[in-house]
Amino acid sequence: METRGHSLTRLALRAKGVGKDFNRRPVFRDLTFEVSSGEALAVTGKNGAGKSTLLKILSGLLTPTKGRVTYHADGSITDLDVLRPRMGFVSPYLQLYDEFSASENLDVLSRIRSTDHVSQPKVESLFRIFNLWHRRHDDVRTFSSGMKQRLKYILALAHDPLVLFLDEPTANLDEDGADAVRTIALEVQQSSILVVATNDEREAAWCGKRIHVGP
Amino acid sequence: MSALSSTYAVVVKDVQSELRTRYALNALVMFVVTTVSIILFALRGDQPSNTVLAGMFWVVVFFTSMSGLSRAFVSEEERGTSLTLQLIASPSVIYFGKLLFNVFLTLTLVFGVTIVYTVVFPGFTIQSLDIFLATVFLGSLGLASAATIIAAIIAKANTRGTLYPVLSFPILIVLLMTVMSATVKSLDGEPFSEAMGDVVVLISYCMVMTAGSFLLFDYVWKD
Repeated sequence: METRGHSLTRLALRAKGVGKDFNRRPVFRDLTFEVSSGEALAVTGKNGAGKSTLLKILSGLLTPTKGRVTYHADGSITDLDVLRPRMGFVSPYLQLYDEFSASENLDVLSRIRSTDHVSQPKVESLFRIFNLWHRRHDDVRTFSSGMKQRLKYILALAHDPLVLFLDEPTANLDEDGADAVRTIALEVQQSSILVVATNDEREAAWCGKRIHVGP
Repeated sequence: MSALSSTYAVVVKDVQSELRTRYALNALVMFVVTTVSIILFALRGDQPSNTVLAGMFWVVVFFTSMSGLSRAFVSEEERGTSLTLQLIASPSVIYFGKLLFNVFLTLTLVFGVTIVYTVVFPGFTIQSLDIFLATVFLGSLGLASAATIIAAIIAKANTRGTLYPVLSFPILIVLLMTVMSATVKSLDGEPFSEAMGDVVVLISYCMVMTAGSFLLFDYVWKD
């Protein structure tokens, strides 16, 4: 992941010749694409094709075996450490702190992010949209998997992400939760970069661009 | 400034989490109680020399810290929260946050063991407080520094329990020999100048271990 530059006014995510091997077994090879602020990219493919792996590479959680991923703002490469506080990720792989309440999780993670983009009205609005306002002071250990998934959305959206990664976006969610996610996905891609990894054709249809991984 | 506040936030998060879950604290307290009890049974009222007392003091601190300090990364890995941390903070923020938490935990441990030793062993009388404080502070820093990077390495492995003391011993042997030597001098009541050599070794060890761990951490933490 290249790191330099600072401005974040208009962002572009560029992947060039990206490939990933695990124990010398290739997961995918030679992926090249670009997605900018105001656009959404659907990553599709069968189970095990490497959709989640690609999202981890794009977010800097994994290093590609080949190729490179860069973020550009106003033509220059942007430092990942500068971008990190404005990145959102919802995935079954990302876990929360069970010993903290929902609002404490948000507070703790926001302080570690060092972000000043979290406003109290926005937080309250997100808790209400995802129907967790009445449970915000309860420990996460008492939450169902669907409620944890809703909380992950609140954590990912509270700091107005410039890049939002959604891995299996409606997994564990009921109909109301899935509707809320769809509305937010369409809203976020008006100004930010949205990348969605999914097998569901309806979720892929949220996005204007599409890339298929695997055979 | 934001890196400093993020590092501080990691330390506060770990302290709050530890106070609620007692992942490390319970292990530390039980280990101290068990080992000191065994030593008491073995001595049967005999009065050991200062060399033996200093050796036993750091043996208890070493094995107790081995049982507790690894939790800094192992608990994140076991709960699946390490990816969340990777996403929101840079490796340097995580490393220094975990290091400071482990230093805090080790200093608490050493303070507790010192009180227990002073109460249980009448011969454990600190004659040179300056040497003892310098030894305890630098020893805790060195121990925490080595323990933090080893914990990050073994958190990714399947055989965590076995690997931790096995990897730690060769790395910590220099530190342990030096702190034991300095502790004997503090119990014997020697002047600080006599312990300068040990203090210099401890400072060098802390600098090398912290710098080396910081450089290595990025590779250990990411993939």
